[in-house]
Amino acid sequence: MIVFDGVTKRYPDGTVAVDELSLEAPTGQITVLVGPSGCGKTTSLRMINRMIEPTSGTITLDGKDTKRMKEAELRRGIGYVIQHAGLFPHRTVLDNVGTVPRLLGMDRRETEKRSMELLERVGLDPAFAKRYPAQLSGGQQQRVGVARALAADPPVMLMDEPFSAVDPVVREQLQDEFLRLQGDLGKTIVFVTHDIDEAIKLGDQVAVLRVGGKLAQIAEPAYLLSHPVDDFIADFVGRDRGYRALSFQQTPRLPLASERTVAMGESVKDIDADWVLVVDDGNRPLGWVEPKRVAGDVTTEVLHRGGTVARASGPLRASLDAALSSPSRRGVIVDDAGALVGTVRAHEVLTAIEETDRPELEDPQRPGAAQAAPRTSGA
Amino acid sequence: MIPNILGWLFDPAHWSGSDGIASRIVEHLWYSALAMVLACLIAIPAGLAIGHTGRGRFLAVNLAGAARAIPSLGLLYLMVLWLFPKLAGDSAFLVPAIIVLVVLAIPPIMAGAYSGVEGVDPGARDAAKGMGMTGMQVLRQVEVPCALPLIFSGVRSAILQVIATATLAAVAGTGGLGRFIIDGQKVHEFAQMASGAILVAVLALVIDLLMSLVQRSVVSPGLGAGPATSGRAGRRSRTAPSGNTPVDVEIDSSGRTVDAPAR
Repeated sequence: MIVFDGVTKRYPDGTVAVDELSLEAPTGQITVLVGPSGCGKTTSLRMINRMIEPTSGTITLDGKDTKRMKEAELRRGIGYVIQHAGLFPHRTVLDNVGTVPRLLGMDRRETEKRSMELLERVGLDPAFAKRYPAQLSGGQQQRVGVARALAADPPVMLMDEPFSAVDPVVREQLQDEFLRLQGDLGKTIVFVTHDIDEAIKLGDQVAVLRVGGKLAQIAEPAYLLSHPVDDFIADFVGRDRGYRALSFQQTPRLPLASERTVAMGESVKDIDADWVLVVDDGNRPLGWVEPKRVAGDVTTEVLHRGGTVARASGPLRASLDAALSSPSRRGVIVDDAGALVGTVRAHEVLTAIEETDRPELEDPQRPGAAQAAPRTSGA
Repeated sequence: MIPNILGWLFDPAHWSGSDGIASRIVEHLWYSALAMVLACLIAIPAGLAIGHTGRGRFLAVNLAGAARAIPSLGLLYLMVLWLFPKLAGDSAFLVPAIIVLVVLAIPPIMAGAYSGVEGVDPGARDAAKGMGMTGMQVLRQVEVPCALPLIFSGVRSAILQVIATATLAAVAGTGGLGRFIIDGQKVHEFAQMASGAILVAVLALVIDLLMSLVQRSVVSPGLGAGPATSGRAGRRSRTAPSGNTPVDVEIDSSGRTVDAPAR
């Protein structure tokens, strides 16, 4: 666990980058620091591994004051991932990944073996091992950056906007894989971003900082969306926060209607319905067709793919979106294997939403109470 | 005229003996190598220290700029006048010449070293520190290897100047290829003078070629100077920071260094 206790960073010119910051980053969880530029989020992160020294206050790592540790030793025990990856251009991908194990004195062969495993782990082809960073795309470089940070298996990882320099599609991919990886590894992670959507997606708890380095609110994402403490937070978390909060609510049992399906290549001439769902051999939905517009058999050309598909056990947001995006207005629900379970209409999802509990306000007298509450206490 | 020069140049009699072309080349290389080694010993650590700490840059840039403005021939006469009475034997001729060459070589070498280190990707440096490298480890494992292309370019630029200017040593009374130019002038033997000049030029080119081979084998292909590099890495060009920086060094597509001394 990383604990900030009254940490302040004041520069000689009087600028206060971080002001009396107190927060806890619990072991095995992702704590996201988010805020507009100038809120001191990166400064806060860099004070953990003492790339920046706090002016006052203490930061402890599992109870040990970081000030009492040797800088280099402290840092070798903390994974560090930065924007643009910061790979060493003169070293191969493999040697980049092996940096910290080599610093710690691990022999070359052992290091290379471990580095190869890590490359695989972060989803990079072993063929990349002997290449140089300049030969990699931004997303690939960032994967190497993550592998490098994991190489010595540090319990703590600091990540400073690691995914913000790649395009949105790759970013989403990296985020998903990062969550999968964290599911396996359970590191204590402090993650800095300026993107509230990323914060909400990745964080077990999200700390919102405001300009001047003050902590505005710290809470679980769902709680943050439903109970912003003030206008700044409300503004910052954005307009459609009600809708986004549905991402954190699991879909209850929905009243599913069975759906008439056809296979690819079948004729729909005799079917008397506005829309028919097309499925593959495994009963997995492929798209909708409109029988009255299809002259012959169902082919990929006539398939309407506008509708999204939601897993029955997924979040409410996906179920609602499936209903809203479906051309037939019937949202397609599948099981975990992707096979069709049934369809649901938007009003039925809304009814389910109405009946779902929302995160409750923890203490109406003291709206800031959430600040002190560690996540495990159940927000 | 050209047959004249070629005739002089390829006359076997002119190649042998203690004042023949072969031994003059050896002398010339010896002076140049001595001056380069001394200059590197001074300029590379200084340049790396400036680049690594970011301190002393202003002083270094201005001293180097001033050093460049010193006319080599003038400095040579000054050194001879000052040192000749104090030194004995061959060194009385040699030391002043070497000092002139060292003064000439320091600015480009130092500029290459500090702009090379300064030009290292701040992200790479930050990551190196953040992963727990000590200052010396950052310098040795990241900054120096990444600065090598510019360090080489500074050194090669200095070598070219030193080999060309080592002809002046003859003015101070020592050997080297400059002898042919000075002696040829005395006896109005144009072919000898021209041959001396050609030999200096060829020597400089050959040494530069050798240096480019050394560079190719020493610099990481990841920095765009080797055959294993993809087009993307190769095209990336780095220009030394402008302002007072005396050498603009950049690396072209083939990984060769191109120097444009600001003279």
